[in-house]
Amino acid sequence: MTEILVTLLTVLVVVGAIPGVCNYLILLERKMAAWMQDRVGPNRVGPWGLLQPLADGIKLLLKEEVIPGHVDRALYIMAPMISVFTTMLALAVVPFGPVEDAPWWLRFIIAPNIDIGLVFIFAITSLAVYGIILGGWASNSKYSALGALRASAQVVSYEIPLGMSVLGIALMSGTLNLEQIQSQQAAAGLLGWNIWIQPLACLIFFTSSLAEANRLPFDLAECEQELVGGWHTEYSALKWALFFLGEYTHVITISFLTSILFFGGWHFPGIATAESTYMFAWLVKLMVLMTKVFMCIILIMLLRWTIPRFRFDQLMELAWKIMIPLSLFNVVLVMICRHFELSNVWLLTGSVTMFCVWGIVSTNMRRSELQAKSPGYRMAAAAPVAATSAASGGHH
Amino acid sequence: MSESSKQVKWVEEPELGFWEATFVPAIIQGLKTTLNHVISHKAVTEEYPEVKPDLPLHYRGVHRLNRDEKDRVKCVACMLCATACPARCITIEAAPAPKDWPDRDKFPKSFVLDELRCIYCGMCEEACPVDAIELTHIYDLTGENRDDLMYDREKLLGVYDETKDNPRDPVRTKRGKLGAAADFQGLPTLGPATDVAGNDRSARTGTSGVIAGSGAPAKENRS
Repeated sequence: MTEILVTLLTVLVVVGAIPGVCNYLILLERKMAAWMQDRVGPNRVGPWGLLQPLADGIKLLLKEEVIPGHVDRALYIMAPMISVFTTMLALAVVPFGPVEDAPWWLRFIIAPNIDIGLVFIFAITSLAVYGIILGGWASNSKYSALGALRASAQVVSYEIPLGMSVLGIALMSGTLNLEQIQSQQAAAGLLGWNIWIQPLACLIFFTSSLAEANRLPFDLAECEQELVGGWHTEYSALKWALFFLGEYTHVITISFLTSILFFGGWHFPGIATAESTYMFAWLVKLMVLMTKVFMCIILIMLLRWTIPRFRFDQLMELAWKIMIPLSLFNVVLVMICRHFELSNVWLLTGSVTMFCVWGIVSTNMRRSELQAKSPGYRMAAAAPVAATSAASGGHH
Repeated sequence: MSESSKQVKWVEEPELGFWEATFVPAIIQGLKTTLNHVISHKAVTEEYPEVKPDLPLHYRGVHRLNRDEKDRVKCVACMLCATACPARCITIEAAPAPKDWPDRDKFPKSFVLDELRCIYCGMCEEACPVDAIELTHIYDLTGENRDDLMYDREKLLGVYDETKDNPRDPVRTKRGKLGAAADFQGLPTLGPATDVAGNDRSARTGTSGVIAGSGAPAKENRS
């Protein structure tokens, strides 16, 4: 009985907190964007614009919800639901606090002891692309369809390096259970964080999960310049908001995953270790984890306004030519190290070496590409010079 | 003007080195820039209704009709502004000046300026021989209907009363008393009505009574 009540309470906390957190993250993102661009940001509603999310929410609720006549109604209405549903569902197996030390009335994970935790997350989050595809397709508009097409190609491509990079973690810890992966890192101490063991996997994981979440610089599915809005062109009001709620929940999920998989979860040397048993240790651990997640979200926001968006072929190139081979080799490296029981230092050096080798390879590839097109490029550049000098010569 | 080949600088695509190919250093460098902006944040935004913009001195806003020292309208209804106006927004109806205004022949019986048609080019101000019409710094011009923005003589004089004490809108005439508009010989030289660069041709014309710039008057040899 208490089990059910605690589960219900946890579900309530998560489902209640996520939209609010998302709203304020959006405000934070707008503020951050403003600061990075030397602007002020939203500051009209409430002190420092703190009531802006509320105003936005009210606006989106009260807005007229236009359903164009040419859409496939059932799928059109279903798409934003799928988008939110899948991203929320993925959060069910993510431990958002120290699961072992939780007070009896709260549990920091909705579904505890799921042994396929990681697989579940990836299975569910890749379902989120259905929301996008269905939304784009059901809208029956060219812009939406193109956006959905891009999104699906992108998500399908980046799914592979995403899964591969985590495979290494799974091999190292011998489990797919997120709680166990976390407690293993906590037991191993600061140097046991997976970032020190598999930095390359962390980089690949983080990058491809940005692409999974359709965040900049991988947000080609929703580009105003070419596609008006992308897959959500025909959506308005709350349905539109649901899509973005889904996207932000995804950002939260990947931040949790990055912190838990690579940065030791709630573990922090000195204040929150596996041995700390003082009162409210769970609160400290929760705070540590939240701080890590928050830093991760901040990094994602910073990246958004730092890196220009990729061209679509560059996006695909990054996935297929760089990240997939790299993550494959990373898995092989982990397997070798596991088999011969080599120390973690070898993994670290191996990761860094692979990264460097790939850098050298792509530098040389780029150079030969440039040289291959160079003669034509020079001729094209030289021609206008001759033409203009001939033309301006007549005036003197 | 088309560029000559010497002005065009052709640049080769720079070669990507190892660090560029790995993306990461460039991204970290970019993050440093953006993070610096977040940490030492200094907004360049002017929060408009609370903070008024600091307009340049040559800003051209709503017009005004200046008054002379006897509080009469300075305008002598010579129609030069209406002629110069490219938007044809000035309509002047001239009438013989009252008997007790010995310094002029005509005065504007009605002077209507359509602020909606005006393009704020400042040509009227340049054309006016008696510095009667001037453009002020008023930029937030609004009206509830089109008729509100047909500025007649009284309204334009009202703008003068409103702005004459504003240091941004000094009465720019240095001509002293309103006098014969055509008396170019007896008039003192004066600065251009609007700011003109010293090497501008108009600032260097030697015509007395019209314009003198900071540069020495020089006859330009135009062949």
